[in-house]
Amino acid sequence: MAGAQATQEMNVATPPLDERSKYLRRLVVRTLHGGERGHVGSSMSLVEIMRVLYDDILRFRADEPMWRWRDRMILSKGHGCIAQYVMLAEKGFIPYEALDTFCRRDSILGGHPEAGKILGVEASTGSLGHGLSYGVGMALAARIDRRDSRIIVVMGDGEINEGSVWEAALCAGKHKLSNLTAVIDYNKVQSAGPTREVQDLEPLLDKWRAFNFAAVEVDGHDVEALRKVFRGLPLAADQPSAVICHTVKGKGIAFAENDANWHHKSKIGKDVIARLYAALE
Amino acid sequence: MRATCLNMIYDLAKRDSRVIFIGSDLSPGLLAEMKKEMPERWYMEGVSEANVIGMAAGLAMEGYIPYVNTIATFITRRCYEQVAVDLCLHDLPVRLIGNGGGLVYAPLGPTHLAIEDIAIMRALPNMTVTAVCDAKEMVRLMNCTLDWPQPIYIRLAKGGDPIVSREENGFTIGKAIPMLRARARRSVVLIATGIMTTNCLAAADLLAKDGHDVSVVHVHTIKPLDEETVLEFARGAELVVTVEEGTRIGGFGSAVTDLLVEKLGVALPPVLRIGLADAFPQKYGLQEELFELYGLTPAQIAARTVKSLKVKDKVA
Repeated sequence: MAGAQATQEMNVATPPLDERSKYLRRLVVRTLHGGERGHVGSSMSLVEIMRVLYDDILRFRADEPMWRWRDRMILSKGHGCIAQYVMLAEKGFIPYEALDTFCRRDSILGGHPEAGKILGVEASTGSLGHGLSYGVGMALAARIDRRDSRIIVVMGDGEINEGSVWEAALCAGKHKLSNLTAVIDYNKVQSAGPTREVQDLEPLLDKWRAFNFAAVEVDGHDVEALRKVFRGLPLAADQPSAVICHTVKGKGIAFAENDANWHHKSKIGKDVIARLYAALE
Repeated sequence: MRATCLNMIYDLAKRDSRVIFIGSDLSPGLLAEMKKEMPERWYMEGVSEANVIGMAAGLAMEGYIPYVNTIATFITRRCYEQVAVDLCLHDLPVRLIGNGGGLVYAPLGPTHLAIEDIAIMRALPNMTVTAVCDAKEMVRLMNCTLDWPQPIYIRLAKGGDPIVSREENGFTIGKAIPMLRARARRSVVLIATGIMTTNCLAAADLLAKDGHDVSVVHVHTIKPLDEETVLEFARGAELVVTVEEGTRIGGFGSAVTDLLVEKLGVALPPVLRIGLADAFPQKYGLQEELFELYGLTPAQIAARTVKSLKVKDKVA
């Protein structure tokens, strides 16, 4: 079980969060403040993945969200949506003020992202285990169209408990969809507790490889390392890619890191917001 | 009906480059010509209904019109959440073709009997639910599917079904077809879907011989329900009888009675709903044998109608 050990024991020295990562996290806190609720830990672990994808990798036009040649990014772990909302504001898809309305009755920004309401959101997610199949369909469509759009599906570790994910993985492998990439936010803590206790995923790298993906691991908070991996996509010419991002649940908020109790919080008061901001100084 | 439906997919694919076929694990050689002629638009993805629905959704998000085919129970209840979220929430033009609607797979037992497909499909927002009565009507339906913007569930019967539909009646999704008109307004109205329309036409013959004035309305589109036509026939009727090859809970009869209760209020006519009881079928044998078990043969439909008329008279 060398793969299992390699995956679980990957323990690289994550560089400290830079100013942009802290700034983006403050926008996440601003959004949590707006809704007085939200998936804190699940969003914080995603920040660098979303940052690098939107800053450096994805092709898109904010003024033409349905531009045919764009890359498609599906946030299949829809509960991490605040990390995506923040980047959509950064790139001009939505106004920053929308963040302050998070989960409010007439907001465009719900607790899970909805296509058709939010420019730049490709598919409505929230129910887990749907995104990779959408990605398979989109990747096949791009192939039929002779279009070089890349399709990137970001999933959570708890999410890939779902059997539908592995149905989709079989299918993607069979069709050799090199234009499709599965990204796993592997923060090792799902809603009920540690993934190792709730539903062990190891050996995770071997699993994706066994499903005919070209798979690599990366420190999901190391911006340079993420850039390098994503710029190297596809990992193989005739296989879909899987990028397992080792992350920390609640990354950047010391008192919330690796704590399943911070997976989701409701009734977030001003005192908690102040503590979250203070943790990011 | 099934062969006609699948052949129509190939026919539509030749006409429209958006058409894609996706099967799960169907017969070898299925649509072989289509596979040969347009391999990028023909898929057989194995026993993985959840993925097949999501994959169809992804293709539809990119402008394609996927026609997905597998056994009715597996394309409805097996992947119900995918149908709800992937297709209905996104309101995508994916077509779900369910083999063996109702009691077709009688010898195979309850895992293969789609007794609640109509009920669960019609509960989903944006879903269109259809059950045509014969192969010729299937051609008419399939010709309409290219331009229908929403997801459609297409319930298939066994095949080799008697042709009772008529070209001159035309076909529009969401428009019911009066197959037989009673002479008087105050008459018995049999309202049916799928091949139960055929049984109702035969039942109407029996009732006519017994002196009853009967109308038969064929509702090939259960949702959206043709409220205008159903109300036109039900208003003032002596008795409304709904007949379906499926559960009475939430199914076709429920759709009709929901409408009548909502729109007719105190003028509600007496209603008899014929369908399956709230239980998994326990018997095997032939579909026709199960029809008999559940009172769905023409003679039984006629007899139950007469009985209801008598009960109604007693109450009056």
